[in-house]
Amino acid sequence: MTPKRRRLSLVLAGLLALGAAAALALAALEDNLVYFLSPTDLLAREAAPDRPVRVGGLVEEGSVRRAADGTLSFRVTDLRNAVAVTFRGVPPDLFREGQGVVAEGRFANGALSASEILAKHDENYMPREVADALKDSGLWKGPAPR
Amino acid sequence: MIAELGHFALALALALAAVQAAVPLAGAARRDRALMAVARPAAAAQFAAIALAYAALTHGYVVSDFTVANVAGNSHSLKPMLYKVTGVWGNHEGSMVLWVLILSAFGLALALFGNGLPETLRARALAVQGMVGFGFLAFVLATSNPFERLDPAPLDGGDLNPILQDPGLAFHPPLLYLGYVGFSMAFSLAVAALIEGRVDPAWARWVRPWTLAAWTALTAGIALGSWWAYYELGWGGWWYWDPVENASFMPWLAGTALLHSAVVAERRDALKAWTVLLAILAFGLSLMGTFLVRSGVLTSVHAFAVDPERGLFILALLALAVGGALVLFAVRAPALAGGGMFRPISREGGLVVNNLLLSTALATVFIGTLYPLFLEAATGEKVSVGPPFFHAAFVPAAMPLLLAMAVGPMLAWKRGDLAAALERLWAAALLSAGAAGLAWWAGGGEGLGPAVGFALAAWLAGGTLTEWAGRIGLFRAPLASVPARIAGLPRAAHGMALAHLGLAVFVCGAVADGFWREEAVASLRPGETMRVAGYEVALEGVAEAPGPNYRAERARLAVARDGAPVAILEPERRFYPVQRTATTEAAIHATLLGDLYAALGEGDARAGWVVRVWRNPLVAWIWIGCGLMVAGGLVSLSDRRLRVGAPRRRRAVPAPGAAAAARPAGAD
Repeated sequence: MTPKRRRLSLVLAGLLALGAAAALALAALEDNLVYFLSPTDLLAREAAPDRPVRVGGLVEEGSVRRAADGTLSFRVTDLRNAVAVTFRGVPPDLFREGQGVVAEGRFANGALSASEILAKHDENYMPREVADALKDSGLWKGPAPR
Repeated sequence: MIAELGHFALALALALAAVQAAVPLAGAARRDRALMAVARPAAAAQFAAIALAYAALTHGYVVSDFTVANVAGNSHSLKPMLYKVTGVWGNHEGSMVLWVLILSAFGLALALFGNGLPETLRARALAVQGMVGFGFLAFVLATSNPFERLDPAPLDGGDLNPILQDPGLAFHPPLLYLGYVGFSMAFSLAVAALIEGRVDPAWARWVRPWTLAAWTALTAGIALGSWWAYYELGWGGWWYWDPVENASFMPWLAGTALLHSAVVAERRDALKAWTVLLAILAFGLSLMGTFLVRSGVLTSVHAFAVDPERGLFILALLALAVGGALVLFAVRAPALAGGGMFRPISREGGLVVNNLLLSTALATVFIGTLYPLFLEAATGEKVSVGPPFFHAAFVPAAMPLLLAMAVGPMLAWKRGDLAAALERLWAAALLSAGAAGLAWWAGGGEGLGPAVGFALAAWLAGGTLTEWAGRIGLFRAPLASVPARIAGLPRAAHGMALAHLGLAVFVCGAVADGFWREEAVASLRPGETMRVAGYEVALEGVAEAPGPNYRAERARLAVARDGAPVAILEPERRFYPVQRTATTEAAIHATLLGDLYAALGEGDARAGWVVRVWRNPLVAWIWIGCGLMVAGGLVSLSDRRLRVGAPRRRRAVPAPGAAAAARPAGAD
């Protein structure tokens, strides 16, 4: 092969690799995107039960219950609507009533069965999506979201 | 007073960085030696000024000077001294001062040890280093001044976030920054070479040790962070494909590619433009990592309070640095035509495959990390991309890499013999088949995943060991000559073998934990028992335990298997009154075969405590593998031929034949 053709084949190999990466990524994105919804969105939209979603808002005051088998249940609210969430496991350390929370899981029969609960490392921090969800419902009272 | 001194020193450093950025560049353009000579004292003075500022800030923490807002917000008089000192970088402002400190330290190193570099290249590289320093110092002074005073001063501080009060995390940021910022050296040298319009093997020889040092530190930093997340967060996992984790992983992938392509540039005078591009990308991705972490544009489990103004500033820096470098690259790259010719089946061909596959893997992580940002900007829809995406996209891209890694080092430079290399890999193939069978059996004949994973890891380990054994003449030469051959082999060759072996060990751990992790959650009252992965876990009781700046509830869990006691696990829930936060302290019974991991949730004696127990197989292999990779990096760094500024000298005691045989194959 001449140097020119060799370089060409190298470039082609590079493009092929990039194409493979894009194809892999797109195929995987297709199946694995998790949409973020506020409780209002979720109730309005009736997400397909076989796809995970993320719901963000505040943990409703007085809604946290723990069943004897260790299942945690609470309601996530954007101060307009609230969604019931159940979770088996130990919630993060900053999980607290009245605090911002993001729950990821599958929504079926009017409740979200969460596989993961995110609260933040830092108590001054409000998840951006939660702040946006609260602003959408017009009930954001805090400072500009940080 | 001391805080003002620190603030002044930072401003001084900014001025010095401006001088360092401008004067040597002008000098190099005019071939004015006097102007170029400004670079070295400027770099030294800039380092001294930043070190002074850093010392001033540390002083504030050590004596708990709560008139400084940063100290008041992030420290507390009762905090243990270790965390007072390391707490300096446990917050945004302090960690940015550490960032510029490390940046200027690299500049100083280049100034001190850069004797072997051509004068203009050194002056230009130092100037670029000065520009980066200027940008970040301006960032610190404009948006994140750590020396701001507080009036009136509070009686005591707000304390460091309790989960950061941990030795693992105390040293995670400096190592990570050493890696991130270390790539600035490759970047500066690359941009300087573009300005010169010339990249030669000597240049690549210079880029390699800096890249290797940065890579080693970054590997250690990522591993330490992952280890910390594993034992401190109480979530039972060690990697979450979280945006912030990906932000550190992407420069690692680019740096790994750069490490290998620099070898080709050095040995074969080829792939030069690509190496320069990778150097720009590795540092660009480091800057992007800083941006992602500091701007909070992505929701992450690691996000701390952030400020959009800061994010915008870093984004501008990122655009300026990477954009400027890429424009320069576009103009100058055609002049960097490769001198070397090479065939696809050769060592350099293997390294090209390595680079292609690493870039593919990098692209999948990049897309997965940034796609949510693009989608939200374009449609306003908020999405997140979690571990399933990366398992589906990154893993298939990484698998051929493991396959190729065993073969590449067996090929000779210029013209390799694939058939002969594959023939030598019979032992690796046997090992691979054995490992696959073992994994199949251990997994109870379910699922191909573990079998494939273990087969690849064993293939890589077998190939690496075969290659290393071949280099030292094991099984071929007389046994008595082997020690001399081991000593005669370049350190970089040992380093490569160690690092590749480390990856194989790491893959075993990651595959086993990924496929076989088991967990159980239960609400237990004292005396009750739960089962996980064949173990019986009994809660004996929960007691109060005081700590230096927290109160804790400590559970006592007795773990048994078939009635025989295995371990006592004592997970804690700690409550920090100053920050009014609770943390979980997981209890881990670690063995080589797997960890038993317990976390304690909320509860009381009447309703019971929530207890979550994991069985994580082979997790220790992950840390051992990372340790081997870091050790490989360090061993390679100690290679004379890579030592910065060291004259190339013949080996003092050449083993007959061994050194000569090792030389042409190189040490990569």
